Amino acid sequence: MGLRDVAVVGAGLTKFMRRSLETGRELAFEASKMALDSCGLTMDDVDCVVIGTAPDAFDGVHMKGEWLADGAGGWRKPVMRGYVGGGTGVFSPIQAWYHIASGLFDVCLVVCEEKMSTCQPHPQGAFLTIFDHTTERALKPNLLWIFAMEMQRYMTTYGISERDIARVAVKNKRNGLDHPATQVGADITVDDVMNSAVMSWPVKRLDVSPTSDGAVAMVLASDRVARRITDKPVWIQGVGWSLDTQYWANRDLAYPTYLEKAARMAYSMAGVKEPRKEINIVEPYDPFDYKELHHLEGLQLAPKGGAPQLIIDGVTERTGNMPSCPSGGLLGVGNPIAAAGLMKVSEIFWQLRGEAGKRQVPGTPARGLAQAWGDLMQVGTVIILGNEPSSR
Amino acid sequence: MSQVVDRRQSVSSSEPHDLPTLPGTPLRDSDIREGRVLTERWDPDLRYAWDTGIAISRYLQGLKEGKLLGSFCSTCERLVVPPRIVCEQCFRPMREYLPVKDTGTVNTFSISHVAWNAQPIQTPDIPAVIDLDGASPGIGILHKLGEVDPNAVQTGLRVEAVWEPARKRKGAITDIRYFRPLS
Repeated sequence: MGLRDVAVVGAGLTKFMRRSLETGRELAFEASKMALDSCGLTMDDVDCVVIGTAPDAFDGVHMKGEWLADGAGGWRKPVMRGYVGGGTGVFSPIQAWYHIASGLFDVCLVVCEEKMSTCQPHPQGAFLTIFDHTTERALKPNLLWIFAMEMQRYMTTYGISERDIARVAVKNKRNGLDHPATQVGADITVDDVMNSAVMSWPVKRLDVSPTSDGAVAMVLASDRVARRITDKPVWIQGVGWSLDTQYWANRDLAYPTYLEKAARMAYSMAGVKEPRKEINIVEPYDPFDYKELHHLEGLQLAPKGGAPQLIIDGVTERTGNMPSCPSGGLLGVGNPIAAAGLMKVSEIFWQLRGEAGKRQVPGTPARGLAQAWGDLMQVGTVIILGNEPSSR
Repeated sequence: MSQVVDRRQSVSSSEPHDLPTLPGTPLRDSDIREGRVLTERWDPDLRYAWDTGIAISRYLQGLKEGKLLGSFCSTCERLVVPPRIVCEQCFRPMREYLPVKDTGTVNTFSISHVAWNAQPIQTPDIPAVIDLDGASPGIGILHKLGEVDPNAVQTGLRVEAVWEPARKRKGAITDIRYFRPLS
């Protein structure tokens, strides 16, 4: 393809918090500084900056990327902000990847930040503008509707129970207890999920991730530079993304076709032919518990309707054959939207380096995948990391 | 191009997970309420007026006349609702507007006990995706269900539109009050 190999060489993050004293720019700086310190670089070494952050409406700040840039090392650098809603946290390192793979730059700082607490009385108010202004908003929708209806369709199509879906929340919240950034790690049971308040059936309070403030940053470098920065570069082997139609009620809600497209693009680039055998560890996007299962299927890591069996069999536990959301994910750590996606990529980075502390999965995983999802339930973003450069 | 020097010897293996605490200062509601931290507020004064466009204008006119209109793609032969001027799959113009029926099948639904701000509501909303009869398979619209026991709703339920009386229709999706089980 004429592309250069690109590696992740450093990462850093703030706590995930319901509400932080720090401004978005300050959160961005704390994460950026930690990421740079982790690989011994300064901004003098960084050629360009990619900023990922979700709707300006959360912050009441126009052009939030520019507003964050001073805290993200963007001063007098080539800066780019990309935005695909919840998919942003994985889309941002993809952008950094092509900045470097193209040969244009050697070192890129990726900074993803979200501060949802600013938006009052509830950040869902900003999300309402996602519904079609003429044909849907007059019905006074709330954002949970679309997820609840997707979950219901998924359950009905494949005969999946709420209890089996709740297992995901239990696993991820327990995994989250071991994450130093956690806002919502907890030891709970399937009954706790089932007995939590019904918000928009079948979605119950403990099926849902929280709103959060936080930031994550990551340093990417070209092949020749990465090997000078660290003995343990983690290589980006494949990337993929795909967008489905905005006419969401015209889609098959039981299966995320857009994600299959994104995943196949990434697998092809990474030379992965049998994903279930070749992906050792996975961080699918889990703002709701059913989404982890839905996404494992879209990623071709489980047959359609077959993801619940993986969790029943323990396959997706940290000690299982294919750990899923070992970080704790959005359900177990928190969901500062763009930052949450990049947190997933950083988890794969630390896991492949053997630096995930209490969360470290057994064995020596060689390849991992992180994925995010967003816009009007319509975008899939996928990145595959490995201990060796891609075999393409 | 970056002038990164070899730093492999100067950097100790950095493991943020071993750090005692990550940066970040969580606040409690009481910190704000009791004035321990200072805050600034702003209430925007914004209004929007949307033009309805070529295709949705026809859709709204149809609703006012008590019918649901779709648009037809002569390339893929899909009849889709709401109508649009371009088939997003074929990327060809859609110039033909055809009626579909005001009956359909519940594709999926929710029983919602909260408003947009996550606060509880007294009477649950039952939003649904309704696949409309006469449209291509899998073509649904968002609407609400009414005159139905929430516990009796399921995927596959056959439903019909309950229209506002003609004199009260104004050319809006709310000209259909809701869908109810087919009698």
